[in-house]
Amino acid sequence: MWLNLTPSRRLLSLRWSLIQYRNITLENTTRKAAVDKVLSAFRSICGKDNVSLGEAIREQHGKDESVHRCRPPDVVVFPRCVEEVSALAKVCHDHNLPIIPFGTGTGLEGGVGAVKGGVCFSLRNMDQILDLHPEDFDVTVEPGVTRKALNAYLRDTGLWFPVDPGADASLCGMAATSASGTNAVRYGTMRENVMNLEVVLSNGTVIHTAGKGRRPRKTSAGYNLTNLFVGSEGTLGIITKTTLRLYGVPEAMVSAVCSFPSVQAAVDSTLQILQTGVPIARIEFLDDVMIDACNKFSSLSYPVTPTLFLEFHGSERSLEEQVSTAEEITHSNEGSDFQWARDAETRNRLWKARHDAWYAAQALRPGCKAYSTDVCVPLSRLPQIIVETKKDLLESRLTGPIAGHVGDGNFHCLMVVDPNDPDELHQVHLFTERLARRALAMDGTCTGEHGVGLGKRALLCEEVGPLAIQVMQGLKDSLDPGNLMNPGKILQRGEL
Amino acid sequence: MSGRVLVGVKRVIDYAVKIRVKPDNTGVVTDGVKHSMNPFCEIAVEEAVKLKEKKLVKEVVAVSCGPQQSQETIRTALAMGADRGIHVEVSGKDYETLGPLQVSKIMAALAKKEDAQIIILGKQAIDDDCNQTGQMTAALLDWPQGTFASEVTLDGDKIKVVREIDGGLETIKINTPAVLTADLRLNTPRYATLPNIMKAKKKKIANVKPADLGVNLTSKLEVLRVEDPPQRQAGMKVETVEDLVGKLKESGKV
Repeated sequence: MWLNLTPSRRLLSLRWSLIQYRNITLENTTRKAAVDKVLSAFRSICGKDNVSLGEAIREQHGKDESVHRCRPPDVVVFPRCVEEVSALAKVCHDHNLPIIPFGTGTGLEGGVGAVKGGVCFSLRNMDQILDLHPEDFDVTVEPGVTRKALNAYLRDTGLWFPVDPGADASLCGMAATSASGTNAVRYGTMRENVMNLEVVLSNGTVIHTAGKGRRPRKTSAGYNLTNLFVGSEGTLGIITKTTLRLYGVPEAMVSAVCSFPSVQAAVDSTLQILQTGVPIARIEFLDDVMIDACNKFSSLSYPVTPTLFLEFHGSERSLEEQVSTAEEITHSNEGSDFQWARDAETRNRLWKARHDAWYAAQALRPGCKAYSTDVCVPLSRLPQIIVETKKDLLESRLTGPIAGHVGDGNFHCLMVVDPNDPDELHQVHLFTERLARRALAMDGTCTGEHGVGLGKRALLCEEVGPLAIQVMQGLKDSLDPGNLMNPGKILQRGEL
Repeated sequence: MSGRVLVGVKRVIDYAVKIRVKPDNTGVVTDGVKHSMNPFCEIAVEEAVKLKEKKLVKEVVAVSCGPQQSQETIRTALAMGADRGIHVEVSGKDYETLGPLQVSKIMAALAKKEDAQIIILGKQAIDDDCNQTGQMTAALLDWPQGTFASEVTLDGDKIKVVREIDGGLETIKINTPAVLTADLRLNTPRYATLPNIMKAKKKKIANVKPADLGVNLTSKLEVLRVEDPPQRQAGMKVETVEDLVGKLKESGKV
């Protein structure tokens, strides 16, 4: 491409690259000098065992479970309490060092990559479950507490925290990325289930978004700061406590599976089930390619056709009603092979295909990695977008079995790609952009659950429009004027 | 046939807690630390409740030996489906020295008093790892025992037990009355649900003293000292194989 330019243009381009290179090198040198200066301050705040320069540690903290390459920070600190987080943040602020909060590193959009180096705040040592109020259905947790750890702690109380993004993620990290999961259709996402946050801002100030210790079930007091930080992906502050809404463990559960002749039939059934008011807990869609992969991987024999996996929660009597209503609806939409199960072992067997989907997809092409796309559209547009996407996959000759939380209009293509083939990676990248734009054209969003992170910043601009982006940038500038909080994520800044 | 199952449940420090040794090395810190039912006892309760749901037994009685707080553990068993509870009060010095021998004497006495047909216990407790109570109880009662059970099937007046042993799986058939101890893969315990927790509040827990059962709690064991495992030492990088062999010889390992 460079050869297509005229000689004077070539010279300009070369100069521009050299200037960029010099600026970045200068930045790096300045930053490294700053890091050296602050190391002793860090050590005196959180103890020298909790400050790490080791290469392996930094690399661990520079990547998550996405396809984005590792971008290690310059140093990793392990604060033990919010006072240490605040003190460390002040030091970073005074020396202009980027701050990257780190929970469990299970994100899917490269959110923890330290694109401008800096200090990674690994919060895993803050692992207390505080203030459980079973009679009020709320609990407050620190960032080191994962959702499985919380549910294990709660097992004697009859309560649970139902948001289930698959990974055993940090709950504060789930708040930061506004995580969702398979049972969002009944229990909501993090946006609906975070009641209060303790946040450390870039200059070390500690705020409580709904007031310290407050946990009313609802409020109309002031601006909704809690939901401002939910989904902010570490770009506005470090979440050090989250107060969560709990639910009663379901008395009983029934799982069911049903096959359909077409995507339309499956989605129509979903719509009708929701419309009749069945409080369905999980309703998952697997396309024929995915079912085929699961059959091969787990030696199952589902009919190779669009399939719905359903889960119902409730009392014994309400389950009978829910299941029979759902069965009727699927029948009327040409659904077949409706099977259901009550006891844990058979339920797990029925849902095995859905549970193993990720691995089954990867097994389609051994040696390849799987990358999950993530778009969400209004329910009525789901059949159209899935059909168009499958056509695109065929035309682009890409492997992308589809699994979706069809009750929310959210689906994932599990792109199985050879990580060493730059052409294929490029094709997948273009495909995901086309997919995101298709979703945007149908009044949807470019990310249903995984967040914007590194890869979807341009799409966010297209989605909300330049004026809303300006407002977002204004909020960011007001809370973090130095752009120290997780730079390079969510919002683009000029040429970054 | 009474159709009655006795299930022993022990209150222990929760498995997820980081254990800390007391500064005076006499034991571990228990004050303010989260306690819950021993995981193997949960499996035992689940198995007993499953038997009742299949209508193979008539009543499940949960038993716990310990201080006042042991009642919470019994309540959890009741919320899982046990019918009633028996709290054997043991506190203070007696509780500190309470071990498998004393508990098995209590269980044996209760089995006779309640005319139990089956006793199900967890295979071991996660705090002392003794793995003795089930075996001792069977010996005191002269009952057959099916320990490390990963599958239990009632067959008339006999029980078929598949046991997990080092070499694999062993299947035995024993007469009732019998003692069973639950291993990890016997079942997946259910979560207590809110409605069941509420119902459990109405179920009865009887209070009994060891003396009422004619049991002497004196222990022949004395804990001398409790210590942390040794701290892991830093490793060392060597440049060549010769260095490695040299260092191994130096430390007397080769």
